[in-house]
Amino acid sequence: MAGVEVTAESRPATPLWWLLFSAGGVMSAFFMPVTVFLTSIAVAADWLDEEELLDAVRHPLGRAYLFLLVSLSLFHGAHRFRYALVDLGLPWLGRRAWLFYGLATIGTVVCGWFVLRL
Amino acid sequence: MAPTDSDLSGRPVVMDVFRFLPDEETEPRFQRYEIPYRDDDVVLDALNHIKAEVDATLSFRWACRMGVCGSCGMMVNGEPRLTCETFVNEFHPEPIRIEPLAHFPVARDLVINMEDFMDKLPTVKPWLVPADPKPIEEGEFLQSPAQLAAYKRFSMCINCMLCYSACPVYGLDETFIGPAALALAQRYNLDSRDGGKAERANVVTSHEGIWECTYVGDCTRVCPKEVDPAGAIQMAKLSYATDWVKSMLLPGG
Repeated sequence: MAGVEVTAESRPATPLWWLLFSAGGVMSAFFMPVTVFLTSIAVAADWLDEEELLDAVRHPLGRAYLFLLVSLSLFHGAHRFRYALVDLGLPWLGRRAWLFYGLATIGTVVCGWFVLRL
Repeated sequence: MAPTDSDLSGRPVVMDVFRFLPDEETEPRFQRYEIPYRDDDVVLDALNHIKAEVDATLSFRWACRMGVCGSCGMMVNGEPRLTCETFVNEFHPEPIRIEPLAHFPVARDLVINMEDFMDKLPTVKPWLVPADPKPIEEGEFLQSPAQLAAYKRFSMCINCMLCYSACPVYGLDETFIGPAALALAQRYNLDSRDGGKAERANVVTSHEGIWECTYVGDCTRVCPKEVDPAGAIQMAKLSYATDWVKSMLLPGG
C-alpha cells in the first residue's frame, strides 16, 4: 500500500496562488462578461459613447478595475490550466508551477504597462 | 405495447456481478445471475439472495442494512452507492452491473482493500484536540446550538468511502488524502471545543491535502449522508489561506 507519506516540504506560496485563483474566478465569471459587453457590444451598437467609456477607464478607479480584471483572470487561468493538465495525464507539465504563474506574472506586468498608458 | 407493471414484476432481476480472486485469477470477470424480482428489494437484498440461494462463493461486505454502517458501498451501474439504500426497481428490468468501489484494490469479488483510507484517516487527527487541557472535574464542554450547527453537517460521515470512489483526483493520484478525511479535519477545525487546527495544518495543507482538490464536487453528489466534503474542503482552503495572509501581514504573530 502507498500509505501516507506526507511531505513536509514547505509550500508557502500555495495559498497565495489559490487566493489569486479564487479572486480571478470571481472577476472572470461576474465582471468579464459585463466588461466585454460594455467595451465591445455596447460601443459597437452605439448604446455607449466610446469617448465617455474611455474617460471612465482613464479614471484611476477605471484603470485599477481593468488591471485587476485582467491580471486576476490570468492567474485564474494559469491555475486552472495547470490542474487541468495534471487531470489530463500531463503531471510533468502541470506541476511546473513557475511556468504558468510566470506567464501570468508577465501578462500582469504587460497589463500594468498598458493600463498606465491608456 | 409498453409492458404493464405486472408484466415487469414477472421478469427476473438480472445482475452482472464482478468476480475476482486476485490470488488465483489474473483477470476479473462478470458473472450473470437472474433472480426473482421483488418490488421492495434493495441491491443488497438481491446480493444476499444470490449468496443464500444461488452461489455461496460470492463475497461482499455488509452489516447494518440501514445506511449507517457504511460497509456495503459498491459501484451500481458505474455509480458509487450504498447497496442497502439502492432499490432494485430503480433499474429493473434492465440488468444491474455490480462492481467493487472504484479506485481501491480488490481483495475478493466485491470486497475492497480499505487500508489506504484507514492509514490516512488518523493523520488528520479526526478527534477533539482541546486548546487547553480540561480536567474532568471541571465538567463537560458546553456548546450553543449555533456552535453545533457550524460543524454538524460534516460530522455525519460514516466512512463508507463512496466519495473516494467518486473523486477523480484520488483516482489519478492515490496519495491525495481525499474527501472524507479532509472533511473530517474541517469538521474538527470548526468545532468550538477544538484547538487542533494548527496541528492539522501540516497534513491538511500539504501537497497531498486540500490544495490537491480541484472542486469537482462528485464527492458531495454521491455522499449518502449529505456531508458535502467538497464544501468542507473549500472552507478549509479559505480558512487556511486566510491564516496564511495573516501570518504574512503579522510576521511572528
